[in-house]
Amino acid sequence: MIQIRDLHKHFGDLHVLKGINLDVSKGEVLSIIGSSGSGKSTLLYCINGLEAIQQGTVHINGTDVHAKNTDINKLRQKLGMVFQQWNSFPHLTTLENVALAPRIVKGKSKEEALELAAKQLKHVGLGDKLKNYPVSLSGGQQQRLAIARALAMEPEYMLFDEATSALDPEKVGEVLDTMRLLAEEGMTMICVTHEMGFAREVSDRVAYFHEGIMEEIGPPQQIFEDAQSEHTRKFLMNVR
Amino acid sequence: MQEPVSFFTGFNPNDLWFLGEAALKTLWISILSITIGSVMGCVFGWVLHESKSVAGIILAPILDVFRSVPLLIQLVLFYNFAPMVGLDLNPFLSGVVILTFYTASLVTNVARGGIESVETSMRRASRSLGLTYWQDLFHVVLPIGGRTVFPAWIGVVLGVMKDSALVSVLGYVELLKASQILITRTQEPLLILSIAGAFYFALSYPISLYASKFEKRWAK
Repeated sequence: MIQIRDLHKHFGDLHVLKGINLDVSKGEVLSIIGSSGSGKSTLLYCINGLEAIQQGTVHINGTDVHAKNTDINKLRQKLGMVFQQWNSFPHLTTLENVALAPRIVKGKSKEEALELAAKQLKHVGLGDKLKNYPVSLSGGQQQRLAIARALAMEPEYMLFDEATSALDPEKVGEVLDTMRLLAEEGMTMICVTHEMGFAREVSDRVAYFHEGIMEEIGPPQQIFEDAQSEHTRKFLMNVR
Repeated sequence: MQEPVSFFTGFNPNDLWFLGEAALKTLWISILSITIGSVMGCVFGWVLHESKSVAGIILAPILDVFRSVPLLIQLVLFYNFAPMVGLDLNPFLSGVVILTFYTASLVTNVARGGIESVETSMRRASRSLGLTYWQDLFHVVLPIGGRTVFPAWIGVVLGVMKDSALVSVLGYVELLKASQILITRTQEPLLILSIAGAFYFALSYPISLYASKFEKRWAK
């Protein structure tokens, strides 16, 4: 379970997150929507400790992410993350891209790591690209590679930071399908997204962020059809 | 009447050996200083990248001095003034010390450029997989950044190899000094400098050839 309490984040004078309270339970799919600069992505970075926080707490399965004595590298193995840029390691084949972290972080043998990597790549539909270098893959394929790479660490939670925003429009579908597949398999997911269709169909809950505040959270139907906050309604009207 | 005594003797095949041995010395002094200097340069580059304040204030000006003062002056100054502080180094060691710092000062910026060529987002992605700071540095930043700045580093290597000729002013008999000795004896500067040039080429060319092979392989 992910528990976020009274989370505040500042970038210099900029108050990016203004007291976020949020629980995400195992198996849930939460989509976070909102305009750029509303703090959605920053929240993800605070959850896996890539950004320091100024106030509040984040607990993963009861472990305080930002406590000094927390082994953050160990904790991050529970949290897979997929970014807007796919960040494939250009010097490694897709197979090696996925096998790297299991090998050096988890200490798996080379054979074991490669086998695991092949399995995860097949899972995201890249079974025929094992020996390819990322440069020969399309954006959609590279983003699926990034998903496989995160999955190879066998995480309990997956964080998606606008995973489809940098893709060509025709490649968005294949990545969303992969995310859908994970959701169906019961993965706990927090997806920062601009894909309203995905948020509506796949999520258990949708949260709307506005200027560093979580204005509204609820089942998709409630958010999309019966939003309480005027900001939410305005935002949804503009994206439709 | 006496025959005039000739002070000069012609170039003979043994002299080629003499030059060959000197070329090996050039190679040896270059390998030593480039290896140690490159490792130091990588460390310095990392320090400059990580700490823009403290180490930057101390390290950057020192490196600027080594980069900006002509190597010839550095060599002569160091060789003549080191004994004053109790460092009695022979010409070879003096040459190695100065060439090493000179290489390090050049490699520092190459290394920092390499580190900075790897985007923050890439490093965050690798950290998000659970890699520690050092694992990220060695398994992600080093191979990716290293390839980006490899051609620049090869440029430094070839430059330092040629600049090592300046150690001859300290009296160390490397390739250039050996050529000067032979020129004095044979009075055939054209021939001997051509041979010396060929030796330098023979040392450098395989490196650039090998380097471009690597670059081509990585480009795939």
